[in-house]
Amino acid sequence: MAVLFAVWLGNAHALDTTALQNLATGDNDARIAAIEALVVAGDVAALPVIQALQDGALQATPAGQLLIVTEAGATDAVTNQPLANIPKDAARITINNRVRRALDAALVAFKLFSPDSTKRLEAAQQLSEGDPILLPLVQKALTSEKDPAVRAALELAQSGMALQSDDSKQRLAAVQSLANSAQEATKTRLLKLLEKDGAGQFAEPDANVRAAAAKAIAAIEQRLKIAEYAGHVFTGISLGSILLLAALGLAIVYGLMGVINMAHGELLMIGAYATYVVQNLFKTHLPQYLDLYLIAAVPVAFGVAALVGMALERGVIRHLYGRPLETLLATWGISLILIQLMRTVFGAQNVEVANPSWMTGGVTVLGSLVLPYNRIVIIVFAMLVLCLVWLAFTRTRLGLHMRAVTQNRAMADCMGIPTGRTDMLAFGLGAGVAGLGGCALSQIGNVGPELGQGYIVDSFMVVVLGGVGQIAGTVYAALGLGVMNKFLEPYWGAVLAKIMLLVFIILFIQKRPQGLFAAKGRAVEG
Amino acid sequence: MKSSCLLGIAVGSHLTRSIFTTAVVAAGITFATATQAADTIKVGILHSLSGTMAISETSLKDVALMTIEEINAKGGVLGKKLEAVVVDPASNWPLFAEKSRELLQKEKVAVVFGCWTSVSRKSVLPVFEELNGLLFYPVQYEGEELSQNVFYTGAAPNQQAIPAVEYLMSKDGGGAKRFFLLGTDYVYPRTTNKILRAFLKSKGVKEGDIKEIYTPFGHSDYQTIVADVKKFAAGGKTAVISTINGDSNVPFYKELSNQGVKATDIPVVAFSVGEEELRGIDAKPLVGHLAAWNYFMSLKNPENDKFIKTWKDYVKKQKLPGGDKRVTNDPMEATYVGIHMWAQAAEKAKSTDVNKVRIAMAGQTVKAPSGYELKMDEKNHHLWKPVMIGEIRPDGQFDIVWETKKTLRAQPWSPFIPGNEKKKDM
Repeated sequence: MAVLFAVWLGNAHALDTTALQNLATGDNDARIAAIEALVVAGDVAALPVIQALQDGALQATPAGQLLIVTEAGATDAVTNQPLANIPKDAARITINNRVRRALDAALVAFKLFSPDSTKRLEAAQQLSEGDPILLPLVQKALTSEKDPAVRAALELAQSGMALQSDDSKQRLAAVQSLANSAQEATKTRLLKLLEKDGAGQFAEPDANVRAAAAKAIAAIEQRLKIAEYAGHVFTGISLGSILLLAALGLAIVYGLMGVINMAHGELLMIGAYATYVVQNLFKTHLPQYLDLYLIAAVPVAFGVAALVGMALERGVIRHLYGRPLETLLATWGISLILIQLMRTVFGAQNVEVANPSWMTGGVTVLGSLVLPYNRIVIIVFAMLVLCLVWLAFTRTRLGLHMRAVTQNRAMADCMGIPTGRTDMLAFGLGAGVAGLGGCALSQIGNVGPELGQGYIVDSFMVVVLGGVGQIAGTVYAALGLGVMNKFLEPYWGAVLAKIMLLVFIILFIQKRPQGLFAAKGRAVEG
Repeated sequence: MKSSCLLGIAVGSHLTRSIFTTAVVAAGITFATATQAADTIKVGILHSLSGTMAISETSLKDVALMTIEEINAKGGVLGKKLEAVVVDPASNWPLFAEKSRELLQKEKVAVVFGCWTSVSRKSVLPVFEELNGLLFYPVQYEGEELSQNVFYTGAAPNQQAIPAVEYLMSKDGGGAKRFFLLGTDYVYPRTTNKILRAFLKSKGVKEGDIKEIYTPFGHSDYQTIVADVKKFAAGGKTAVISTINGDSNVPFYKELSNQGVKATDIPVVAFSVGEEELRGIDAKPLVGHLAAWNYFMSLKNPENDKFIKTWKDYVKKQKLPGGDKRVTNDPMEATYVGIHMWAQAAEKAKSTDVNKVRIAMAGQTVKAPSGYELKMDEKNHHLWKPVMIGEIRPDGQFDIVWETKKTLRAQPWSPFIPGNEKKKDM
């Protein structure tokens, strides 16, 4: 790597043809040497070639002709002339991670030696915590850099990377600047300064710098701790929001109506499959709006699941009110029927539900913590669903009827509330919310006929822990379990953390059978 | 809850079936089956077509049917057509044993091609040994097993896992110093990681530079684990060795790309992820992550071109789901090789009798789509195989970045597990 950027000429003529030849036919060592040579030659004309190699768009013929082939057409890499047709024997040049790393460095190098000083400054600032492997490059840039702002940034980058300037003041400044870092890798580098070699000498001779390094390490460690805990909280809330979406529908159906619905998981699964169908419809009919399919899938998932739920209630469950054991068996049977139905219709294999492009990737916060967009969207979505359910309960006529029927069915009936219809709509609402949960689950996991089986236990767990008949309890239980699981997982692993959680719930229910929040009022006596 | 439900169904259907069988036998319709058996040779196909492993195993069933059709088009085996009996053990390990018993006892198949996970193979092994059946197992596995009744056409650890780790430690592989071993919690990942740990220690890797994490089958929340990988990687050049099996790979790779783990920083090498598993994922953010196999679809040679063409034609003709997006992969190649090898051995033995075929199998060779002539070892029931390492490219295929010059003999008894030096081949 030191050889890589040893000579920087700044001006060059035509592209180095031997280097290009090596790119086409050489082994990895020859290729990396060729990339180095191109960078050293410093001709910006090499930039498209390097970029093309990185993107897998560079092709070569056995005769040694190099082509850049993109969707727009092919050009000759050496002469930059467009080609009418691609030679038949041209083959893509394959690279491995090692070459790819050299290419990354080369691309930074081109930026660092760009004639535009703002670009140079940007590149230099990017390097300040960068990989020490790029150090020779920075040193080379320093010898030719005139712009004072860029020079300052480069010097900081150099000392930050090397921590081995001859001037102890420089080193001190570097260590102090690194104290603002939130990267684990920076800590590892600083720790090396405090190591003793075989003769008992510290790697860093100056005691002041060592003290500053120790202070910097402490500062970084604290920042890392904060980022780690924030990470646990975020993943916990993310898991909690998924549990909440899975359990909220059950909280309505089981919690308020007292129906043990074993087919609840399959309502989630139906919501996920509805999302899949909407996605496919967008693919075939509205490919230009494919990224928006998820928004259209939300009402569809709700509607389909709600219809299935209402059909279930009218067809089966209504005849079994007050007979929990029969309800349990009947709904279990229904769940098997639904699974088999999906297998017949969509096949036993998982179906592919892709994230829209705005849900891929993530945002970096606190230096090292990446919050993926799909998780953020699901958390926000869960909160929205929760708000809507709450509004439906407290602000609508149906909500009033549902609460009345829950509290005292006979009295509600006497007051003229159509209890049968209310039951059906309440069940439909619960099923629809489960459908929404399925729509969200399709974005983070696999969609297959058995999707619901994995969530049914978790859903019951959340509802029972939260307290039967309490929506608020379900919320606290879902988020609490999610966060607790994520704090336990790093220490005990995924399997043991789940077991510990179940043990905790068993113990908790022993002590407090009514759950976190007990239902109050006459319903309890009734 | 889940397993008990499934078990319930399994037991239930088994009962009905045996009642049905008894009824049929009692009615005295055995005559019809006997005449049918004279025209065709029945072969069993035992792959999960539902549940967590369906993502990987469904294609093996399809390719097996394709190969059988190919053999039948050329006149079959011993002048008789092959008749495939397909069963679905549904990613349910006890059900694998029941289904294999059904194939051997009721259907009287001459040979069974099947299983993917080692736990399913371990589950059917006693059945095959008791009834003297013949199983062709097409997937890479952890070794530590040799059975008279099984031919292993996938890789042993020295034909996949060990060369992959050697590559990661080499200059071209990035010179990894720390290793994060991540797997699904069952016998294959645990044993492979035990072998790898011993191997890494023999190469001077310290205990603190190795981390082992397991997740259950079907696990879908990899947030904490990917964060953990990033934290571990800060301590030095790190590679992740993934033995995650089944559909968990989809959320795992999604999480990797969402959290921005690049292959140039932390390469992930997988032993159970191939073209088929990547079919459902956007591979662009995964460019450069690796897989180690004995075959890749992107290989250029006449055998492979023919194999891919036969497969594409078959998919089109049968209108299989996925259409032109269907791909070939290593276990499919191993299935293809295995069926052809069995057919050759049966011709040589002039019989489909298990004992005769077993003897005829020794030293059989097949010109495989990998471009090599693969040989069944005379002693240890394993294939000699080449090893290849591929990097994922944006279209979900692999660029081969390293391969052996010739085929390697399998070492089912890994020298890195103490006590194995005393164990012998058959």
